[in-house]
Formats: sequence, structure tokens, C-alpha cells
Amino acid sequence: MNLLIKNGRLLDQDGTRAGDVRIADGRIADVGESLEGDGAEQVIDATGLVVSPGFVDLHVHLREPGKEEAETIETGSRAAALGGFTAVVAMPNTEPTQDCVEVVDFVREQGRRAALCDVLPAASITVGRAGTQLSPFGELADAGVRIFTDDGAGVQDPLLMRRAYEYASDLGIVMAQHCEVARLTDGAVMHEGACCSHLGLPGWPSLAEELMVHRDIELVRLTGGRAHLLHLSTAGSVELVRRAKADGLAVTAEATPHHISLTDELLRSYDAVYKVNPPLRTRDDIAAVRAGLADGTIDALATDHAPHESATKEQPLDSAPPGMLGLETALGVAIAHLDVELDAIVAALSWKPAAIAGVEDRHGRPVRAGEPANLAVFDPAVEWEVVPAELASKSRNTPYVGIALTGRVRHTIFGGELVVKDGTARR
Amino acid sequence: MTRSLLSISELGEAGIRRILDLADHMAEVNRRPNPKVPALRGKTVCNLFFEDSTRTRLSFETAAKRLSADTMTFAVSQSSLNKGESLRDTIETIAAMGVDAFVIRHGSSGAPWQLGQWTDASVVNAGDGWHAHPTQALLDMYTVRTALHRREGFDGVRVAIVGDIKHSRVARSTSAAFRLLGADVTFVSPRTLLPPVHDEPSTARLDDVLGDIDVLYLLRMQRERMNEALVPSLREYTMRFGLTPARAARLGEHVLVMHPGPMNRGVEMAVDPAELRGNVITKQVANGISVRMAVLFDLLGSGSESSLAGGIDA
Repeated sequence: MNLLIKNGRLLDQDGTRAGDVRIADGRIADVGESLEGDGAEQVIDATGLVVSPGFVDLHVHLREPGKEEAETIETGSRAAALGGFTAVVAMPNTEPTQDCVEVVDFVREQGRRAALCDVLPAASITVGRAGTQLSPFGELADAGVRIFTDDGAGVQDPLLMRRAYEYASDLGIVMAQHCEVARLTDGAVMHEGACCSHLGLPGWPSLAEELMVHRDIELVRLTGGRAHLLHLSTAGSVELVRRAKADGLAVTAEATPHHISLTDELLRSYDAVYKVNPPLRTRDDIAAVRAGLADGTIDALATDHAPHESATKEQPLDSAPPGMLGLETALGVAIAHLDVELDAIVAALSWKPAAIAGVEDRHGRPVRAGEPANLAVFDPAVEWEVVPAELASKSRNTPYVGIALTGRVRHTIFGGELVVKDGTARR
Repeated sequence: MTRSLLSISELGEAGIRRILDLADHMAEVNRRPNPKVPALRGKTVCNLFFEDSTRTRLSFETAAKRLSADTMTFAVSQSSLNKGESLRDTIETIAAMGVDAFVIRHGSSGAPWQLGQWTDASVVNAGDGWHAHPTQALLDMYTVRTALHRREGFDGVRVAIVGDIKHSRVARSTSAAFRLLGADVTFVSPRTLLPPVHDEPSTARLDDVLGDIDVLYLLRMQRERMNEALVPSLREYTMRFGLTPARAARLGEHVLVMHPGPMNRGVEMAVDPAELRGNVITKQVANGISVRMAVLFDLLGSGSESSLAGGIDA
């Protein structure tokens, strides 16, 4: 099926302009004004909508294999497509862990079967994410893995991490660090500050993140390695990365939609839907993370989409698992909460993360003739509220109930196929 | 609208005074030869204890029975609960049996708030995690009010709360109640045992405040804190923060000595409490019954104190 997208506003690294886009055989066949349909193609009226490169999420938990009751690669891919994502990086904290070629191949193959977006498996830095022995980086790199992370935990051992940066530097792969010094966060369920003191909950100090951000920046300086820092949440972390970039170090960083929109005050409800790792922090931290996105210190918006079954969240805060959904609300949160031009938001959702994930040859491409047709078509102005029961994700743990979001994806084109039409997944 | 007792701050100053006044009536009931009234006949109170606490459970059970409520007790270890059923499933199952009030003790801060989301019954917080223990605070206020004959309030009363403030639901609730009634509260604690942020003034020198207080409130020092590098040793803790014979000798005659129990003899309490002039620790326990009766009556009763007038002729 060929497609013609009419009357849209095209937005990519080349800027913004009006135009129609013809898609044929998986690629953009033509871009221009007043393209005419040939009668054999499906026509989409994009009046009032933005046509941009599809989004790339550097950080999702698809829970398969191991926790299929919370999410599967198919349901997570569907949520991704509805959020405008044409590629997602699947975190390796599965059961079994994505620490070998067989598991990584399985995840990629399940993504192909779902055929709603590219599922790019990440692999763990250490075997079983146990923090003691390096995963076979070379074999995994040959199998197409670009991002390595023990996400859910930081690699605590500084010697092991030094070796990881050194060994990885010959392979064109990226070490992605979950920055958390575990000894400082033992038992913690929320940000350490006034709110946790009042609520009688163990605190997660900002320092626990910043110490490891600092350590890994210095390891990059020492080894000449390359680091990507996951889900930064504190003002101090943003400043450390800003200085590292000024020093010319190969460091990139991401932030989540929830760390630019929600504060630790929400935990006053004791509702475990607000428990997430790293935790929701203060207004000052939110302002710093937003400023980091605005000035490019933080390269990408990544959701840390973390589905959990309702029963596991209907527990006291200390026994409930951390994490919240993100794929279907990311754009709406970003537009509602970031005071930057739309092209900066799309950059952080699309071509910048595409480069970090190493898929810049097929995702985050300019809207030009000849390019692969991976596109998001969205209404940048519509206000809406999320309805948990209508989410495509298998889980319901969204923190955005009752919060107005701005901007919503209407159509998603993946590999030339219209996988989301009018806000509805077509497979 | 179902009413609950979750925290001292939600109860407020007027609420505290209402409960303490009711507790006077309950104390009168408890002095009778047959200390039982029909005030809550037909009501069912479920004690839901996810954390072991024989003392608090017995206190609540006794309070409910003296008001003629039916009681059931559900004691379960949190670990077995975690093996499948969510807390919500457990609550909804028990609520379906017909419960007017849940009395909940839980090791996790906030569990009573979650419970309140899932049931229409009243909820009484009998202690949650490090967070709150409002009935302990109320019995403490009742004890001080009675001992100092201060019905009007605690303006000018100087209180030192000594010990592990950070991990103490008692400290959070009791300091909040003291302050609402007008007392001045000082935390005496090493920095490692203070919450990261607190409104009360604090000091690490017990000897500096000992001569200027009216109430000395000692907290239980958990032995395992030593293993977490929060204090170097229990011996050093006793030396810096314990009530030793030398410190006891310096206490003014009027100073009330309080403890929420159970005491660590030889640690925070390094003297025989029976020899302390201002020891009201056993009064705290006795007053616990009256105060918990007052709380249950306030939530479930007819609102008329006349239902306390008649005894029960069995």
C-alpha cells in the first residue's frame, strides 16, 4: 500500500516547511507541494499536523522474555507505535538476561514478528547483570547490539567499569550507565529531602546518582571510552554532564518525561504508581533537567517505559517495584512541560537518540525523497488526558491520570507501512 | 463520609482535644468494677497486624471489648502476604466479611492510607513504618495532660525527645502532637539518627538540655542500628544519649520521664525506672486503653456520651 500525506507541516533537521509526502515501497518517494494522488494510494489529510521523522526511544522495558504478564514485545511495540516511535531500545533486564546472542536474537525476532517498530535489543554490561563478569561484548556487537547497560542497577565496581570502557572502545559500542551508588540507596523508595523526612520513607539522595555520573565521566576521560548516561534526574548531574561536554568528552545523556514533569510531592498520596528509579525529585531538579534539554546538555528524551502488573503496584511503597509507563504519553508530556521550540523536542525524541542508538541510517532521517519511510504525524496542540483502560500497553501504571497533556500522535509510518492511523494501531 | 485516624496532622489540635476529653470519660469507665459499656455493640473492629506488636494489639483489643464491639484479629507476616495476593486483595477480602473499622499496624509507611483507598470502613493507624503512630501520641498527650494538670494546653512545656528520631514513627507523631498543643520540642540525637529535614530544633548534647526540660522522652534504641554505622557502639550511645544515674540525678523533680516501650534496659534506660520520681511509663500503658477506647468511640460511636453512662448487666 502506498501512501500520500497531504497538507502537513514537515519538521526535521532541515527546519520546518509545508509539504506533501508520497511513500512507496518503504521509502519516501517524493516530497513537494500539491502532490496529486494516483488513485491507487491511501491519502492522509495532515492539515494542522506535523510530519516528522519517527521517534526513537533509547530506554524501554518490554518485559519479554520473563514477565509477559506485564508487557510483551508485541504490546510494548504497539504502545511505542501509538507514541510515534519507530524504534525502541529494549533494556536487557529480562529473565533470562539479554547477555548472550541467543536471547538478543529472540528479542529482535519477536520485534520483527510484531512489525510495529524496530526493536533494538540492548545487552547487559555484566553477565546476568550481576556486576562481576563482562558480557561477551564482541559476540554481541557482531550480533548487532550497540547499547550495553545493566539498567536497573549501576555497575558498582569501578575497576570492572574501567575495563568495560576500555574493552568496548575497539568495538563501536556504547556503555550506558544507570547511575546509582547502591550503598547510598539501600531500601530507598523516594527522593531524599523534606518530603521523605515527613513521610517516614527511606530517601534516595541525589548524591548517589551524581557520584556515579562523576565516576563515569572521569573513566571516560581516563580511557577515551564512550558513555551514555541513562535517565538523569538531578540538577547536579546535569551540571556534571555540561562540564564534561565542554571538555569534549564522548558523553551523551538522556532524561525521562517524568523527570521534567512530576515532583516527589506526589508520593504524599503513598500511591506506588509514583515510585520510580531514579525517583521523582524536586522543582529545582526539574528546572535543571529542562534547562539541560534546552541547551543540549541532555541529548535525548527517553521514556524508561516500565510496565508493571496492577497487583504489584497495589502494595506498600517499599514492596512495590519501581517504574512507570511512558511510551504513549511521551510527546504529550514533552510539549506540555518543555518551554522550547518544537524542533528541539523532536530532535530529542528522534534524530539525536537515533545517532546514539546507531540507527541514524534508517531512523531520525530528514523528510526527503529517497529516505526510509519511518515517520510520526502528530497534532502538536491538542490537549488530552490519558485513559488507562485505553492504553495499548498490557499494564496500567501511568502517573498521568488527571493531568493535561499537549500534543498527540495521530499516525505512525514504520517501514512505509501505516501502523497507526487516527490514533489506532492497525495491527 | 467515613472517618479515620491516620495521622496527628490530619487530626489537628481540635481533634486531639476532643479525643483527650473523651478519654477522661473512658478512664472513668475503666475505674468501674465492671469496666464495660454497650457503646459499640454490633460494631466489628478488625485488628490487622502485619507487624508483630503484642502490646499495641492487646491494647486495641481490650479497648474494643470494653466498648462491646466484636473484634477479629488478622495477624500475618508481610512476607507471606507478598507471595501472590496484593495488599489490596487481602483488604477487600476481609472487608467483605463486614468490618466497621480496621486497626492496622504495618511495617511500611503509608500502608493505612492505601488501605483507606480500598475500603469504606474507618481506618485507625496503629503504626506504619517510620511514619506515624497517632494513638501512641494521643496516649502520650493524655499522660502529660493528666500528670501536669494542664487541660488548657502545653504552652511553655519543654520536651526533649531523645534517640533514633529518623526511624521512629513515635517521634514523628508525638512531636507533632506536642507542638500542636503548644509545647516546645527539641530533638536530641546524633546526626545519623535525625531525618534529613526537620522543623524541630536539634542538638547532639543531652547534657545541655537536661536542666531546662519538663518532659524527657526516651526512644527505643534498636540494637541493629550499630551494624548500619549509625552509631559506633551501644556503649557509646548510652554514654552520650542514655539516661544514666548521673543524668537522672540532674533531672529536676518535676520532670516527667516517658518511653513508648519496649525499653532497652542498660541502653537508653541505664537506671532503674522505678527509682525515677517522674516515671510515668506504666501510666502511658494504662492510658493507652482509655485513649484507644476514645478513638474507637469517636469514629464508630453514636456521638452521644450518654451511651457510656450505663454499665452492662450481663
